[in-house]
Amino acid sequence: MLRLILILTCLLPLFLFAQTVITGEVTDSKKQPVAGASIAVKDSYDGATADSMGRFRFTTTEKGAQVLIVSSVGFKTIELTITISGSSMHVPVVLKQEITEMSAVVISAGTFEASDRKRAAAVLTSLDIVTTASANADVTGALKTLPGAQQVGESEGLFVRGGTAAETKTFIDGTLVNNFFFTSVPGIAQRGRFSPFIFKGTVFSTGGYSALYGQALSSALLLESIDLPEQTSANLSVSVLSISGGFQQLNKKKTASWGVNYGYSNLDLAFAVIKQQQDYFRTPAGHFGDVNFRIKTSKSGMLKYYGYFTSNRLGFTQQSLDSLGYFDKFSLKNLNFYQNLSWKENLKNRWRLNTGVSFSTNRDQIVFGMQDENKNDVLLNTLAFKNFDLDNKGIYANAKLVLEKKWKGLSALRFGSEWNHSTDKIVYTAFDGTIYPSTIKENIVSLFAEQDVYITNNLAGKFGLRSEYSQLLDKMNLAPRLSLAYKLGKNSQASVAYGQFFQNPELRTLPAAQMVSYQKASHYIAQYQKTTDKTTLRVELFYKKYDGLIKTEIVNGQQRATSNNGYGEAGGFELFWRDKKTIKNLDYWISYSYLDTKRNFQNFPEAITPNFAAKHTASVVMKKFVTALKTNVNLSYNYSSPRPYYNIQFNEGTGKFYFADKGMIQPYHNVSFALNYLPKIGKKDAKSFIVYVISISNVLNLKQQYGYNYSYNGLRKSELTPPSRMFVFIGAFISFGIDRSEDAINNNL
Amino acid sequence: MKSVLLGVALLLSVNIFAQSEKYVGAMQKQLLAMRDAKTPEAMQDVVNAFERIGNAEKTQWLPFYYASLAEIWYAFMLNDVKQFDALAEKAEGYIQKAEAIEKNNSEIVLVKGMIASLRMIVDPMSRYMTYGQQSAALVEESKKLDPNNPRPYMWQAQGLARTPVQFGGGCATAKPLFEEAIKRFETFAPASAIHPVWGKEQTEKSYNECK
Repeated sequence: MLRLILILTCLLPLFLFAQTVITGEVTDSKKQPVAGASIAVKDSYDGATADSMGRFRFTTTEKGAQVLIVSSVGFKTIELTITISGSSMHVPVVLKQEITEMSAVVISAGTFEASDRKRAAAVLTSLDIVTTASANADVTGALKTLPGAQQVGESEGLFVRGGTAAETKTFIDGTLVNNFFFTSVPGIAQRGRFSPFIFKGTVFSTGGYSALYGQALSSALLLESIDLPEQTSANLSVSVLSISGGFQQLNKKKTASWGVNYGYSNLDLAFAVIKQQQDYFRTPAGHFGDVNFRIKTSKSGMLKYYGYFTSNRLGFTQQSLDSLGYFDKFSLKNLNFYQNLSWKENLKNRWRLNTGVSFSTNRDQIVFGMQDENKNDVLLNTLAFKNFDLDNKGIYANAKLVLEKKWKGLSALRFGSEWNHSTDKIVYTAFDGTIYPSTIKENIVSLFAEQDVYITNNLAGKFGLRSEYSQLLDKMNLAPRLSLAYKLGKNSQASVAYGQFFQNPELRTLPAAQMVSYQKASHYIAQYQKTTDKTTLRVELFYKKYDGLIKTEIVNGQQRATSNNGYGEAGGFELFWRDKKTIKNLDYWISYSYLDTKRNFQNFPEAITPNFAAKHTASVVMKKFVTALKTNVNLSYNYSSPRPYYNIQFNEGTGKFYFADKGMIQPYHNVSFALNYLPKIGKKDAKSFIVYVISISNVLNLKQQYGYNYSYNGLRKSELTPPSRMFVFIGAFISFGIDRSEDAINNNL
Repeated sequence: MKSVLLGVALLLSVNIFAQSEKYVGAMQKQLLAMRDAKTPEAMQDVVNAFERIGNAEKTQWLPFYYASLAEIWYAFMLNDVKQFDALAEKAEGYIQKAEAIEKNNSEIVLVKGMIASLRMIVDPMSRYMTYGQQSAALVEESKKLDPNNPRPYMWQAQGLARTPVQFGGGCATAKPLFEEAIKRFETFAPASAIHPVWGKEQTEKSYNECK
């Protein structure tokens, strides 16, 4: 017995320490070696790392059936059951690529993203939006320096690839925003109502956008509001245009926050220094404020509310072209309320819910009239029709629900429904007191579905379908959307997109004189993109075809939609280049757009290049931080080749529109310059953080021409130019309770 | 029969002792390899080895702690910002496993702070609001959990030394923190031969460069 034990104990170590050499190679599905892959015998220390050829070799004392775990970043971990025996064995391993957001190709045709996410479509960061010199801290300002958007200075909005500003729709947290810009004023472009600081992500689609969005022939601008603030803080800002203050409170557990902001704007001071073309009897002034709360409903859930109001008034006169010595008068009073409630939440089994409602009301009280040289209101016999009042009341409600189911990897199905309601009550009061009221009520119900398919990391597709029913038009539409992306190399990818887009006739052409239907656009886009660590190059080709555009006629003195006989097309190519590395501390981007477009719509007598489309548009934007001065220097240059101008008149006799005048305006140049000075940066224990901003648009004081204003008889014209050649903005932004010196330190770690 | 029992008991105890000796031995071997790793490939090998030990030793936090730390060094050795997010995610995975075993540990919290710094470097201008603050808060928490730990001071000092004077950085502000770190390194005694001791040489080197 004892002897047996003795023999056993002697044999045991031998048995225990008999080693097996395991060799092999790790390759991917294309037989390429996976260097650095980890090979491990489960629950033991034994294993190895694959070399640059994917080869590995290690010894193990384990015996029998064992599990071999092989893993590498970007690949699916696999477990192989092997039987270890003998003195050596060879195990070839094939790893499958894992499709992840970081490695997968991004469908980027037609899409510019400004966010802090690292992906191919994100060519700007959220900070770029506010620090672009020509943007003047306006949301759409920075987007106008990207290819695809026109430099139109006489009216607000984004004119994309030959489309009108009305063909671009804006969405906040998924739901449509009506009245995104301040109410139009003749000849003066208005700003967006919303501060760029409340958004953390911006997606600007210049075409081929997702089936989740509709009612925009050209472009969709998707804004995502910020989540919880970093900490509790108060802020104050003072500028030549406005003063405002606010407070944000974050709870201790960092799960909820609320905040209020209020501001008052008045352009008295600015206009006293910078002379305006218009003679203001009421300088633009108004109140604005918001209330918000954000609640983290779970690890991945967020409920956000944002309520906002603006009120403003303005009034001015200008030399009248119709009767010399007299003045045209315009005044506006606006009150706008906007509320948005959105909720996103991860549900069970990889389902995700995204839902939101928005409700807004808008009222514009507009007075057109004439004044004599003593600034007294007058009613001139033949020009009496120039005196009228408009009282527009709008009520808008939007709701949207999107469900998303993630399949394997990144592949996902999204579907849902959207409802858009609008009631526009327009009361037109003529000079003689006659009242012409009209109410346009619309309900659009949409259904949509979209499938993302990631076949490999290198090939992905998005297939979408959207259907809308408009109560006003009593018609349905069906819009397919499709995009594909293929990764050509480590840093480069190609993508294509196709889609059909429908949009209702513009409100100002309604009520229609005859039955009309949807307007339609078809987009074809091809894109090549190469991104390295610090550079982005993008080339995009596009073609867009318009069908069923609204044609108008003069009915009772008003432009009214009469048919869908309009048409048009737009084609061109665009370049974008961004470079953060070649010159130290200098970050710049260049964009160029070539556009060839013609259309026949509204009152156009024939197919023409519209007055809002320039053949060549280019921008250069530069940003440099000068450490020694604690100052950020921003410079931008925008160029646009001559745009055409037209004076389209209506011939009562023939009942047709004709060109009373046409030509080309001068090319447009604008150099803007901005300085952001951050004196407190890095100050230890600073209790406040201050940013001083000075920005100057049209630094070179060049003449800028947007077109012409015409007298009613077309005999006299005057140049349409900006209200002032140069504009200077000076302001200070202060926030308390945030010690940002730590950030600056870590910034340079 | 008695002797059989004795023999089995003896064998068993030897086995247990051997296990822990095997663990410590394997850890020490990898710690040396980590110290001597001159190439990213060598560091990757260390990461994988620590991961294997961690997976085999379900109750030990040190293997995953070192796997995470080595992954961070690996990222810095590669110096390819484009890969930092993926590598930070991997390092995060390891440190979470370590934290699941050992809670409220100053060393683990510091590594979490280092991962936040790694993520911030990807795009400091737009990420400093989130990851910069996160990193700073974690370094402070690390200090609080073990006031005698020199490493959070070292990490903070090194960051400051590389920050321009205008931003409140520079040697003048970093120096007192380096001194705090050095003071702690002199008295710091690791709990065992395989507990964290790293950083002394680097601190002294950076401190001397600052003079």
